[in-house]
Amino acid sequence: MAEYQNLFTTVQAVGPVHMGVPLGQGNSDRSGQPVISYWIGKLGNAQLGPIYLGGLGVISLFCGLIAFVLIGMNMLASVNFDPIQFVRQLFWLSLEPPPPSYGLSLPPLNQGGWFLIVGLFLTASVLFWWARTYRRAVELGMGTHIAWAFAAAIWLFLVLGLFRPILMGSWAEAVPYGIFSHLDWTAAFSLRYGNLFYNPFHALSIVFLYGSALLFAMHGATILAVTRFGGEREIEQITDRGTASERAALFWRWTMGFNATMESIHRWAWWFAVLCPITGGIGILLTGTVVDNWYLWAIKHGVAPPYPEIFPAMADPALSTGVKP
Amino acid sequence: MNARTFTSSTVRNTRWFKALGLVLIGFVLAGCERPSPESVQSGYRGTGMLQVYNERLLDAKTENNQPPPVIPSPGSDGPKASQVYKNVKILGDLSVGEFNRLMVSMTNWVAPNEGCAYCHQLPNFEDDSKYTKVVARRMVEMTQHINADWKPHVAETGVTCYTCHRGEPVPKEIWFTADAQPQGSNFMGDKAGQNDPSPVVNLSSLPNDPFTPFLLGDQNIRLNGPTALPSGNRQSIKQAEWTYGLMTHMSTSLGVNCTYCHNTQSFQSWEISPPQRMTAWHGIRMARDLNVAYMEPLTGVFPAHRKGPLGDVAKLNCATCHQGAYKPLNGAQMAKDFPELQKSKQGVSALASTVAAKPAAQ
Repeated sequence: MAEYQNLFTTVQAVGPVHMGVPLGQGNSDRSGQPVISYWIGKLGNAQLGPIYLGGLGVISLFCGLIAFVLIGMNMLASVNFDPIQFVRQLFWLSLEPPPPSYGLSLPPLNQGGWFLIVGLFLTASVLFWWARTYRRAVELGMGTHIAWAFAAAIWLFLVLGLFRPILMGSWAEAVPYGIFSHLDWTAAFSLRYGNLFYNPFHALSIVFLYGSALLFAMHGATILAVTRFGGEREIEQITDRGTASERAALFWRWTMGFNATMESIHRWAWWFAVLCPITGGIGILLTGTVVDNWYLWAIKHGVAPPYPEIFPAMADPALSTGVKP
Repeated sequence: MNARTFTSSTVRNTRWFKALGLVLIGFVLAGCERPSPESVQSGYRGTGMLQVYNERLLDAKTENNQPPPVIPSPGSDGPKASQVYKNVKILGDLSVGEFNRLMVSMTNWVAPNEGCAYCHQLPNFEDDSKYTKVVARRMVEMTQHINADWKPHVAETGVTCYTCHRGEPVPKEIWFTADAQPQGSNFMGDKAGQNDPSPVVNLSSLPNDPFTPFLLGDQNIRLNGPTALPSGNRQSIKQAEWTYGLMTHMSTSLGVNCTYCHNTQSFQSWEISPPQRMTAWHGIRMARDLNVAYMEPLTGVFPAHRKGPLGDVAKLNCATCHQGAYKPLNGAQMAKDFPELQKSKQGVSALASTVAAKPAAQ
């Protein structure tokens, strides 16, 4: 007889569908008849739905759909409404911000006007979705940690597309909506501002990004390693430390001298995750507004090491007289 | 739903998943260059200054960059070409033997299949009625100008017609100003001159006609300011993308990485850059000079079918000569066998008169 053990068991424990806890006043009903799916159960809970949509969810999806469709229609128009080319070139296609000459003024629709309209709806959609995560957490009697973590990501999003372009006085500074184009934008951003790797906030952001991945791997591995002792029931282990928790703690204390606790490891993870976009956003916001050339800044403050000069001495040819134009 | 119903289908599905996984891995790897690349350090250790080569690709490149055999020179004795032939506007001081040697060489370099008749209205060799002859005369002048006045870029290696033509009447690598709005749309779908899988920018989404602003116009290529803190440098990220487009073209044209000319620690700093950057700097100016002084004035001479979508003349860029090699023809010194192509001429403006009077030929 198969026996339920942990996440990776081949057996799924399936009971009657669960409609969720009763909701208080001012809440709409949850929508959708829940279904049980074996494949969904491979990834998480086998029950799909019901979903709570509500006013905020509806307006967020509506705004997001407008942005999504406008980006898609612009991409489609840029390949002359050829569906085959749309698919073939999808990764190259993009909706571009206005040319720098327009500054912060309203450009014609095809010169960045669509971009600004999309930005408006996308921002509205994201902010409404944030309000939704906050409200749902409160309604369930949870803390609002998820909403604030989401807000950290929104901070970076707003810095890139709203705060920094306004401070620089040009919508052209915003990130284009496209797969390859936003990657090329990233490289061009670094090239323009003298190598972003010398931006200490960029460095911090990378620390927290890679740190998040490392912490996630350590924590995930630890919990999986002690599920045979019930370690995945983390809440129980937090309040009533059992053998799973003891072994996990011992393992880390023996291997690196220090161990997080069942509770503190989640604070570590939360802070690493939110500090990644927070520090990154600070670094982006300072670029161009406060610092124009990160390489020169780093040389000036002794951050960048000067390497031995091994090439023959060479001066900027544009400075010497008598050279070709 | 119970455990048993899932178990039998799980085995089938697992096999199916493995096959799907293999196909996906194949798809992903299909975009990669076949191994194995070799990296060669070119700067101080730890600074990432290296060039990446793939022997297989290098071999193919070497094959494509062989100079043709040189016809031996008959010497400068005997009557001059201008005394024997009519309508010789340039190269008239060559001996008839030297003159004919160059003509035969040019035929081999530029129109080996079409022969003399590609430029000459046979049997009247002096006749200027074919546009190709007018262009060819101007191109000889351009070659002389490059070899004499652009030594900072071509050094003593120099160029001949073959450097660009490689046996083709129209060099393989030429460019026309791009039509930014090919659909004529003014409502939506503007690509802003980029976001197209263009080989010009190595299939990136960068602006794919960086030549019009930089190799025809003289827009500012430089992005970085001179100070750590803002001091009036108004170059935008969008302009950076155009510069990046030009640099990507240079990189692919020469078959080199960014670090061939730049130290990526700071792309702007000349003090830490490899010396090749100076050669490249002059190369940009050379391409611009040639496009403005030699190609553009020929616009009226070329027939419509040789022109671009906007009616502009074919122009040159780094790839026109380099064709994937760090030095054209991998540095073969072809020009030294043709001293008549090395002569310093009286200047661009005087020579331009050979073209100015000529209307569109056909």
